[in-house]
Amino acid sequence: MASVETTRPETNVAIGPGLQQFRKNRLGMLGAALVTLITAIAIFAPLMIMHDPVRIMVGPRLADPSLHYLLGTDQLGRDTFSRIIMGSRIPLLVAFVSLGSSLAVGLVLGLIAGFGPRWLDNLLVLFFDTIRSFPGIIFALAMVALLGPSLASVILVIAITSMPIYARVVRTQTEALRSSEYVAAERSMGAGTTRILAVHVLPNVIGPLLILVSMDVPAVIAVEAGLSFLGMGVRPPTPDWGAILNDGFNYIDKAPWLVIAGGIPIVLATLGFTFLGEALREIFDPKLRKDL
Amino acid sequence: MRHEDPTSHSSAPSPPLLEIRGLDLDFGTPRGRVHALRNISLNVPAAQVVGIVGESGSGKSTLAYTVMGLLPQNAVVTAGNILFEGRDLLEMPSQTRRNLLGNRLSMIFQDPMTALNPVRTIEGQMIDIQHHEKISRSEKRSLAIQMLHRVGIPDPQSRMGGYPHHFSGGMRQRICIAMALLVKPALLIADEPTTALDATLEVQIIHLLKDLQKEIGCSVLFVSHHLGAVAELCDRVAVMYAGEVVEQGGVRDIFHNPAHPYTRALLECDPGRIRQKTRTLPTIRGEVPNLLGSKEGCIFQPRCPQAFGRCTQDTPIEYRIGVEQAARCHLLNEKGLVSR
Amino acid sequence: MWLYLLKRLALAIAIIAIAVTLLFLMIRAVPGDPAAILLGPRATPEMKAQLHHQMGLDKPLVVQITTFFGGLLRGDLGFDVFGQKPVADIVFEQLPYTIELVLFSIFWAVVVAVPLGCYSAMRRNSLVDQVVGVVAVATLAIPSFVMAVYALLFFAVTLRWLPAIGAGDGFWDGLVHLILPGFAIGIGWVGYISRLVRASMLEVLGENHIRMARAFGISEWRIVARYAMPLAILPTVTILGVGIAWLLSSAVFIEVVFARPGIGALIVNAVTARNYPVVMGAVLVTTILIVAATTLSDLINAFLDPRTREKL
Repeated sequence: MASVETTRPETNVAIGPGLQQFRKNRLGMLGAALVTLITAIAIFAPLMIMHDPVRIMVGPRLADPSLHYLLGTDQLGRDTFSRIIMGSRIPLLVAFVSLGSSLAVGLVLGLIAGFGPRWLDNLLVLFFDTIRSFPGIIFALAMVALLGPSLASVILVIAITSMPIYARVVRTQTEALRSSEYVAAERSMGAGTTRILAVHVLPNVIGPLLILVSMDVPAVIAVEAGLSFLGMGVRPPTPDWGAILNDGFNYIDKAPWLVIAGGIPIVLATLGFTFLGEALREIFDPKLRKDL
Repeated sequence: MRHEDPTSHSSAPSPPLLEIRGLDLDFGTPRGRVHALRNISLNVPAAQVVGIVGESGSGKSTLAYTVMGLLPQNAVVTAGNILFEGRDLLEMPSQTRRNLLGNRLSMIFQDPMTALNPVRTIEGQMIDIQHHEKISRSEKRSLAIQMLHRVGIPDPQSRMGGYPHHFSGGMRQRICIAMALLVKPALLIADEPTTALDATLEVQIIHLLKDLQKEIGCSVLFVSHHLGAVAELCDRVAVMYAGEVVEQGGVRDIFHNPAHPYTRALLECDPGRIRQKTRTLPTIRGEVPNLLGSKEGCIFQPRCPQAFGRCTQDTPIEYRIGVEQAARCHLLNEKGLVSR
Repeated sequence: MWLYLLKRLALAIAIIAIAVTLLFLMIRAVPGDPAAILLGPRATPEMKAQLHHQMGLDKPLVVQITTFFGGLLRGDLGFDVFGQKPVADIVFEQLPYTIELVLFSIFWAVVVAVPLGCYSAMRRNSLVDQVVGVVAVATLAIPSFVMAVYALLFFAVTLRWLPAIGAGDGFWDGLVHLILPGFAIGIGWVGYISRLVRASMLEVLGENHIRMARAFGISEWRIVARYAMPLAILPTVTILGVGIAWLLSSAVFIEVVFARPGIGALIVNAVTARNYPVVMGAVLVTTILIVAATTLSDLINAFLDPRTREKL
């Protein structure tokens, strides 16, 4: 080797060969199919429902599944099938909004910690670690207790609790890049911090970050459903999977199909997003988890 | 088990301890099969030290691991035999072959910093490796102490209770040597045992190996890219290039009368042998070839300064020069073209 | 050794202190008066003022925080105005149930997962390995409360094999009552730990010293048990410490589903009743538990590895 190379570290996301690898990953394909199905249901939900999901007494209370009420009715005589179809919207909305905002905040704070002065870095890391040391759901419950149960509280809580991990990953990567040779070379040529961040750090950080986010989606769906299951999530009568599971749980011996019907969409959604996320991680960044 | 007098082997040729015949080995990779070893034939006579030299990637370590049976899963031997004490290692049931390890065969590895288990004491590891011996634990322990003392570990009795990280790199390699020789092997395979050490330590370790080899009377297959070490230690030398043995012979012949252009180039590049002051270090132009797929002609031809028409078409056979020396080069056939 | 311990302890205390302050500020920052919420819409200003005084809300924020920290040092978590009992009493009454559930779940999950992970690593890409891999990801993905509801429906309601609710009386009855909740929490952990053990085992088995042990013909079984395991287990120990947080979160749901007493159920009830002192005390105690568990697992980890043990 003749000269010292200042090669740019490879960006983790190489789309072309990755896609082919993804096709071979059967679980990943299954996950992608499930995710597509659920997203489609959420988008076209109003066209698919058979009854008004929030109107009470569209049928008898706790009716068995039949052709008219595909998954039976609940204790208020609402059609479970229609509620489950409409209920697909809340988890996806929560996942999208909360993870989107926490990604944005985490990115900014992580860049500040990684590129800013030492004392600020230490302070932010301590802050991240503190939030992370709160037990997720318990912290969420405490917040909901303060803010009152609502969709907005759920989104806020999830955004706050998932932010530190993103911030930490961004910080670690930024820090590694800051001391790398090619950034030093750029600096020596007079590039400013903003340019280095935008041109070098951001593209290197965004790939792993998106994979992390995709892997957090199932956890967010679980937390949202869980809070609704405890009656701390969306307010009734808004249809939501966790709320349906909770309604059914009170009648578990009389109408078991209610909990079965309420749980299966949660299982399918979390499985779908998990398989998809795992496949993405395996293909694009097998070492990602070690950064955490 | 044969016991041979180390002084009598050269006059009365007996079957070699290790005989490798026509060995081909491939690595399966996502991009295709890499022919890492091609048509290797090599003998290790009893009580002799045979060196294998070559550049990085020439397959010399792969050859060592093949003999030990420690290859990764994607390696496949496609042809050839490895006869050890008259039995083919490749034909043996795996349990029989494993029983030879740490018994008739043992090995010293390249990097002493990672070769010892970091969470077990030296004592524990040295007792474990004597699992073939039917003797008591305390006897194994005292044998280990003796051996550690022999390789120059001060105060072995108390220090063997320590962990590898308590020892320096040179000390760790001494411990590895002690372990490899503690099991009294017939054949010791040393894979670049001094590469990770600095120069003064290297000399000490080479002398230690030489003394111990004489004492125990075992054979050694010594893999190294350091020509000085090979010249110091070995009786015979095999030169490997890109998965082939291009030349082999007695150590004097190889160093004083090299027949293959690659061997000559290798000797010219050895910093230890450059006498006159020079501003440019000699190098071999070109790069080690990619071993994917099949090649025609001599493997060294693209880099050979003396290549001619035939070299691109035919793979050279092994031409004998004298009693012990042989090389794969067409020049040897075209008499008169072999020049110094 | 002591320096390291002290450093860890200082960090743990710092995190807890920040957590307390954050919680405190959050409660105070919320729009609306906690006393008013506690008393309901028909409260008179005098009642509010009295409660304010009782809860210490009439003092400046700094005084409130210092008072709280002062109390904390004496093991005083505040006073539950609703139940007329010290919060510490309420919390420590419930804590053992949660700890017993968490320990039981960890125990069975580790006992099943570690051998499973080792086997998967040794027979890499075998049918067992692939099946375990898929099941592991699946069980980890499914939320524990769904698992709990289905386990309850199947084993308690339909088959009537196991008790559905409560914590039971006495040792054996208590143990029987732990089976379903422990299953629901632990099953995801079996998946997680088995994959973790498999991954670290594969990494260790690829290291040079393992190749050296093989070169001496040491049996594969012994290599895994004595040479690889002590190293491969280290990441799992770390994760177990961090995982306490995860388990405590799951315990909230499990305690509600199975109507078990415990910190989780306590928090849910206190949140529903907007009983801030109890919420605060319970969250604080769980946070301390988590920080302690993480610190402890780091220390155990450092102790298990002779290279770090001496630096302790």
